[in-house]
Amino acid sequence: MFGVLLVTLLLTVALVGSNMDTILKQGIIFQVRSEITDNPSIVKSFTNPEDFEKFVQQKIDERIGTLGLDTPWYSPQRIGYTMLKIMMLDFGNATFLTSDSGSSNVGDILLEKIPKTVLLFTTATIIISIIGILLGAASSSKIGSKTDRLTSTFAIISSSFPVWWIGMLMIFVFAFVYQIFPARATPDIEPSEPGYIISLLYHMTLPLITIVLIGFGSWAYLVRNFMVGVMQEDFITAKKIMGINKKKIVYRHALKNAAPPIVTVLALSLSGSLGGAIITEAVFDWPGMGRLYFEAISVMDLPVIIGSTYILTVLFLISIFISDLLYGYFDPRVRTGT
Amino acid sequence: MSSLSTDDIKHEFGKSVLGITGLIIISSLIMISVITAITVPASTFQEWNNPEKWLDYPKTSIPIWVNYFTLEKIPEHKIITPNVIQSNSDNVYLVSQQFFADFEYDDFPSDFVYEFKTRYTNSHLVSVNLIRPDGIVMHLLTTTLPFSENETIYKQRIFSTDAMIKKNIMMKSNIFAFDVSKMTVTDIVFSDISENKVLKGNYTFVVNTYEVDSKSEIINSRIILGGKAFGFMGTDELRRDLAIGLLWGTPLALFIGVSVAIGSVIVGLVYGVYSGYKGKKTDEAMMRFNDVIYALPALPFLIILSVTISNSIFLIIGFLMIFSWVGIAKISRSMSLQIKTRQYVEAARIMGQKDSKIIFKHIIPQLLPYAFASIAISVPAAITTEAGLSFLGLGDPTFPTWGQILHDANTYGAAAQGFWWWIIPPGLLIAITGLAFVFIGNALDAIVNPKLKR
Repeated sequence: MFGVLLVTLLLTVALVGSNMDTILKQGIIFQVRSEITDNPSIVKSFTNPEDFEKFVQQKIDERIGTLGLDTPWYSPQRIGYTMLKIMMLDFGNATFLTSDSGSSNVGDILLEKIPKTVLLFTTATIIISIIGILLGAASSSKIGSKTDRLTSTFAIISSSFPVWWIGMLMIFVFAFVYQIFPARATPDIEPSEPGYIISLLYHMTLPLITIVLIGFGSWAYLVRNFMVGVMQEDFITAKKIMGINKKKIVYRHALKNAAPPIVTVLALSLSGSLGGAIITEAVFDWPGMGRLYFEAISVMDLPVIIGSTYILTVLFLISIFISDLLYGYFDPRVRTGT
Repeated sequence: MSSLSTDDIKHEFGKSVLGITGLIIISSLIMISVITAITVPASTFQEWNNPEKWLDYPKTSIPIWVNYFTLEKIPEHKIITPNVIQSNSDNVYLVSQQFFADFEYDDFPSDFVYEFKTRYTNSHLVSVNLIRPDGIVMHLLTTTLPFSENETIYKQRIFSTDAMIKKNIMMKSNIFAFDVSKMTVTDIVFSDISENKVLKGNYTFVVNTYEVDSKSEIINSRIILGGKAFGFMGTDELRRDLAIGLLWGTPLALFIGVSVAIGSVIVGLVYGVYSGYKGKKTDEAMMRFNDVIYALPALPFLIILSVTISNSIFLIIGFLMIFSWVGIAKISRSMSLQIKTRQYVEAARIMGQKDSKIIFKHIIPQLLPYAFASIAISVPAAITTEAGLSFLGLGDPTFPTWGQILHDANTYGAAAQGFWWWIIPPGLLIAITGLAFVFIGNALDAIVNPKLKR
């Protein structure tokens, strides 16, 4: 698991490394030139422009040397140093973007954005899984019934619609045709004011509805398929013969047995939705990680890109880890030792 | 899993309504692609991002078929070509061009433009008149083209906003029963004389060209009557005909989806089967590598890749493959673990056949039905992911994909301004294409995994 983190980091750094160097070097050249031109006495001490150019170049090289930019970005000590710094969660300073409070430290920016993404997507996933599990269980208990067929059809149809397109339609319908919800999901009042939480929740409604609408169908379908497998097992048949209430069988016994795979998929879909958040948040303008990532990409703010990729991977891995733990908890068969 | 013959699959597939629906949708999409490739010249879509190409078209106009459903008819955008009559008397050559427009709408046209290109020598006089349905002739403009001794080619656009036109009309303003001084030219000339309402009927623009001695040649000339409805799918903010973008998007989407799906399924299948068949340390190492790729967040990486390396459509297809073979590799590994314990595989091994031959001849054919099902199932994901990348503005700008049309719609605030014809069709097409493949995939899946059917 730690290896995955390292690989992710290495890949990210490798991909953006050369760009980062060019940008840094250009920054230095600009800096040196402006420092020299700001100081007229230096300019005056040169008689011919060639000498002056030489002097400037020398200064630039000096500066690049002290910052260690003269070795290429892929040299082991530089990559090692960059990765070590990132692993200690020190992402440096963003080039362009700032947090709402004005800090340009990448860590601060991320800290501000993560809770909002987690708030939106965890809420959505919880709602989706509750609806999905109930609906899936209901349709698996009556295979071939109307509910079942409706669920399956809805699942297939909804899974092939892109969430962000539905988002655009929802904005179109509910923000402009019927003005119920705001079009931009960014709350319009300051975080310090008392009504902020309510405003945030109000702005969250439209994206939440969209995500749930698209998500729950395929969830129900998944749960149904797991449940169908469980419902065919002998112990269920035995319970049926014993005359136990069918509802009780479905919700108490079958669901419990179908739980391990469901939980695994739940954790994975939660983390998967974090990645998908980029587009969804861009559509709804939700002030979370995804939009930050999109903004960072569009202005090529490399420290932010590296930082958020890292954090996304960490979140992803944490959810895989939790799902592994939960699997062991729900399915005693995979427990080892005492 | 039991082995299925191709005939069995065909037979079972024929029974599945969804599968057949999917096939029908896909074949019609393929038909559309073929027809597009034949009828719409490729140059039009290469010019997609060239604004000059689309100047003649109206801005964000509604599709024309909307007029069938509304009571108030929205004026259509018309590009009218002339009917040319030539005559001469006393060395004065007269070329009279007539442009007929049947105007039966409930709103005024937004503007009109007379666009022409002629070859002439000496001087050249052009006069533009409009004959209205009620017989009144409105003199719009008389102008001379610049004198030239040699033969020249002259190109001009005369707009209805021209100050001369307004001036000429104001001379006749007394025939209108209302004050016209503050109105636009189109609102005046297309109006009823008693009240300011559209006068419906046949309008004729007459453009007369007079010249002495020499004969000139009109290379092309037309009148564009600006409206608010155009084409089958309407146009966007940059005046592009959306029908062309949508049509050309079809083969692109199919190409992206199918090639990503086929590529990743083949890679995943071979990788998984090899890993499962070899077992032991090879298996362990290969599966760890698989886990690493699996744990990478796909979309952020796709974004970084397309930004830093290239956003060429072929490379994006490659990047999409990198992230989509993993799941298939896992499943085919577990399947090959089962198959390799079968006796015929063992027999082949004891006979001393090469590993590669066993894998390709004995194991993979067993997995083919599953492979086809997963190809069909992974197409929609590829299409939506590519559309998503394009939507973020990271797609290949040389090809108008559906995602890109939606990206433009989003940047120009189509939702806020109510341009539904710009948002709904591309997304719907993405969804329908995806749906068709899901239908086929599910139908195949039900045959391959009979457990789900109950």
